[in-house]
Amino acid sequence: MIADYETLKLIWWVLVGGLLIGFAITDGFDMGVGALLPFLGRSDSERRVMINSVGPHWEGNQVWFITAGGALFAAWPLVYASAFSGLYTALVITLLALFLRPVGFDYRSKMDSTRWRSNWDWALFAGSVVPPIIFGVAFGNLFLGLPFAFDEFLRPRYEGGLFGLLTPFPLLCGVLSLTMLVMHGSVWLSLKTEGALRQRSGRVTVLTAALTAMLFGIGGLWIVLGIDGYAVLAMPDPNGVINPLAKSVRMVEGGWLQNFAHMPALVTVPLLGLVLPFVTALLVVKRHEGLAFITSSVAVASIIATAGIGLFPFVMPSSLNPDHSLTVWDATSSALTLNIMLMVACVFVPLVLGYTVWSYARMWGRISTDHIEQHSHSLY
Amino acid sequence: MIDADLVEVSRLQFALTALFHFIFVPLTLGLSFLLAIMESAYVLTQKIIYRDMTKFWGKLFGINFALGVTTGITLEFQFGTNWAYYSHYVGDIFGVPLAIEGLMAFFLESTLIGLFFFGWERLSQRQHLAVTWLVALGSNLSALWILIANGWMQNPVGAEFNYQTMRMEMTSFSELFFNPVAQVKFVHTVASGYVTGAMFVLGVSSYYLLRHRDVPFARRSFAIAASFGTASILSVIVLGDESGYHLGDVQQVKLAAIEAEWETHPAPAAFTLIGWPDDAQQKTHFAIKIPYVLGIIATRSFDEPVLGIADLKKINEQRIREGMVAYGLLQQLRNGDESEQTRAAFEQVKAHLGYGLLLKKTNPDVVDASEAQIQAAVDRTIPKVWPLFWSFRVMVGAGIFMLGVFVLAFWQSTQHRTAEKKWLLRVAMYSIPLPWIAAECGWIVAEYGRQPWTIGGILPTDLSVSNLSAGDVWSSLIAIVLFYSALFIIEMYLMIHFVRKGPSSLGTGRYHFEQATVTTGAHA
Ligand code: HDD
Ligand code: HEM
Ligand code: HEM
Repeated sequence: MIADYETLKLIWWVLVGGLLIGFAITDGFDMGVGALLPFLGRSDSERRVMINSVGPHWEGNQVWFITAGGALFAAWPLVYASAFSGLYTALVITLLALFLRPVGFDYRSKMDSTRWRSNWDWALFAGSVVPPIIFGVAFGNLFLGLPFAFDEFLRPRYEGGLFGLLTPFPLLCGVLSLTMLVMHGSVWLSLKTEGALRQRSGRVTVLTAALTAMLFGIGGLWIVLGIDGYAVLAMPDPNGVINPLAKSVRMVEGGWLQNFAHMPALVTVPLLGLVLPFVTALLVVKRHEGLAFITSSVAVASIIATAGIGLFPFVMPSSLNPDHSLTVWDATSSALTLNIMLMVACVFVPLVLGYTVWSYARMWGRISTDHIEQHSHSLY
Repeated sequence: MIDADLVEVSRLQFALTALFHFIFVPLTLGLSFLLAIMESAYVLTQKIIYRDMTKFWGKLFGINFALGVTTGITLEFQFGTNWAYYSHYVGDIFGVPLAIEGLMAFFLESTLIGLFFFGWERLSQRQHLAVTWLVALGSNLSALWILIANGWMQNPVGAEFNYQTMRMEMTSFSELFFNPVAQVKFVHTVASGYVTGAMFVLGVSSYYLLRHRDVPFARRSFAIAASFGTASILSVIVLGDESGYHLGDVQQVKLAAIEAEWETHPAPAAFTLIGWPDDAQQKTHFAIKIPYVLGIIATRSFDEPVLGIADLKKINEQRIREGMVAYGLLQQLRNGDESEQTRAAFEQVKAHLGYGLLLKKTNPDVVDASEAQIQAAVDRTIPKVWPLFWSFRVMVGAGIFMLGVFVLAFWQSTQHRTAEKKWLLRVAMYSIPLPWIAAECGWIVAEYGRQPWTIGGILPTDLSVSNLSAGDVWSSLIAIVLFYSALFIIEMYLMIHFVRKGPSSLGTGRYHFEQATVTTGAHA
């Protein structure tokens, strides 16, 4: 045993959060590139430059998403079960959109026809735009609580359909999530391309960075002024085996701000989310694109972490029966499972990061339209 | 009560998506290894033709890989979307191999696949070769972990029910990992993937040889596929046997059903080569039997009997009765009576709880089930015999036929007479679909034979579903089928296009169609 049960539960909160952030930072930039594909690339060669800028990486990036799914299953089985079955239609739509990416990347340039290629461009666009919006909407709904509850055998029940999710605050989060990733993708493009494409990407960065900071700010104000949070009133010992039905939870005004009130230092996280987009835009304008990519990554991480910290210890609040909300303390696997998974993560996360960095380093450098034209059989 | 239509359509969706995934998986498993072998030949001999082989078969690999990934994503999330109670009930154990698969295998495979395709100029020869081997390793590791997960569903070891959390919890990771059923499954399944890759390369190379196109290229590919295929089909048949069968409860039922073994016969049992199993009358018409063979295959001995369906049903009836008791005690525990006595009584019978849950389908209260309900549940513990009986025989038949093809092809290529026997080339070409047929039939045996359980003896299929409406699942199923069909047509179109073009599609100027334009008509 590496740690006691309570600590393990906390560590897994950090790890799952880390996987989600890893997903947003890595797959986020290739989704941003996909979202810009039909607009920024003015010729076939330019669009191929864009696609090939993420060509060697999108596949590995997507595994962050798959592994986050697997880690949820192993560490928080109740969350995996209730969230995915409750948000059924939204998740199926996400999956259908994700189908378009592997085939889009791989098949697009295998045929010469213009129609074939432009159809795939739109497929890649859809596959890159739909998932970020849905993820944003889903995150937004967590702040409002989702309409689920359990029966006495812990079978989850969900009351509400797809359209119940589409209320103003979650929609704002959906748009924020998309602009944030488009900003991130445009920074990647200005780092990997040359000439006119690099210019245009820079302009997109300035625009989306301002939008991201603005939407994030509005979202924050909305939570401060208009959305009630949840608070745990009583709960059994978090170090024990707990049944998620055994606590009592109430809605309270400013509930989502409590953690920031208790630990004011945490306020730096949302502040970074507000400031770093501007820093990123400035760095891109000054042509320090490498640094800009780092600040943009940290901005993405801060925005997601702000949501996680605000919700803590809740993972999935229930609006149907707040007592049944899932928290870090009572939605987890057994201590043995968390321990084994932690040991596995300690070995493999560093390895994964190692060869990921190696693969990026090997493929470093800008891509030009000339390069594409010379290698038209071997590139995407 | 759980809607029966919902259960049926959820099963249909899982079966279709998994079977569809497994069209692409075996080719990935087999080709990734073949690519590594071809590239090793290049690095050792420095002959450009081997690099061209790696690149050309790699192109086909890429077309297939894209759909393998696309269809895998659906499966990864389908447990949560469609099998929510299952995910809660066994996530503590089942989620572990799934998460490890992502961390250990998918990351490796998918990060390096980019370098495989785009790194030819960026990496040294040795680095690129290492990348190719690691991609092959990654795909095999992914098979290992998913089959550990699947093996646990067949034979759930190393876990225990916890009434406080209402779920199964892990008691031993090493039992999960060394589950003998999973080990046997792994060897059989990855070897069946190698067979698929080898048959694909063999058949396509035969096509070029028949047309006298790119002969040196095709001959070398043929030779590599023939030797790799011979070794693989032997492993499928010899190593992938039924040695896991005297273990799990589910496996015993499956064995009896595959063999249409209605009654227990004195050891050693005879093997029914072929016949017409009749579920209604519980007998097999027109059976042709080979003495002793079944007993030897299944028990590895001459004196242990193979249990027949009638005896298995008697055992199951007993377990269902114990399961009713367990269910009653569980209710007491959940209602707050956690006395020492109740807990001890529950410990005694909790291994049979799953059998009690079988009754939920007809009687939500379980404890007051009628005799008729109990008998109906007993009947349900045995899956329908004929689908298992036939799928198994198709798989084995295809396996034996392919053994013949590979051995002949291997013999021809060692004699350097690859291009001579036209009929053999034709047979090899038309055998391309066989490994897929065998593998899909194998999964039907393994998964349909597990019914009525998702987790053998622990959790019945009809309890495993999410609380959705059948309409929700029908909509998603129709959408997925439409998407998949479109993608499949596109994939086949590209596959056939590039197979027809052959290595000329690499644009090196060294192959058939590129030369045909220079020396007009020379090869026509
Ligand atoms: C890790 C677990 C797992 C793995 C590796 C597989 N399956 Fe499976 N399979 C299930 C877990 C499962 C399941 C969730 O448990 C299902 C859904 C309903 C059921 O009873 O079992 C199932 C059902 C199911 C059925 C329908 C049986 C029925 O309901 O009558 C078929 C034909 C297959 N699967 C085929 C496959 C194929 C081709 C696989 C290869 C990729 C495969 N399975 C891998
Ligand atoms: C039902 C359980 C299964 C799930 C949840 C599942 C999940 C997945 C996922 C998410 C991917 C995409 C990974 C990526 O992006 O690289 C994938 C691909 C893959 N899966 Fe599965 N899979 C299942 C069954 C199987 C089985 C039984 C095998 C092997 C015997 C297998 C072997 C593979 C391989 C080799 C790949 C690599 C991509 C390809 O096939 O082309 N999978 N799977
Ligand atoms: C010729 C002799 C063969 C025998 C005796 C044999 C035996 C079996 C058995 C008993 C199962 C069921 C395992 C279970 O229920 O858990 C199985 C499954 C399977 N078989 Fe075969 N098989 C043979 C040939 C083949 C061939 C040629 C292929 C494909 C190329 C193949 C592919 C599969 C697959 C993919 C499965 C499902 C995975 C698994 O359960 O292992 N088999 N086989």
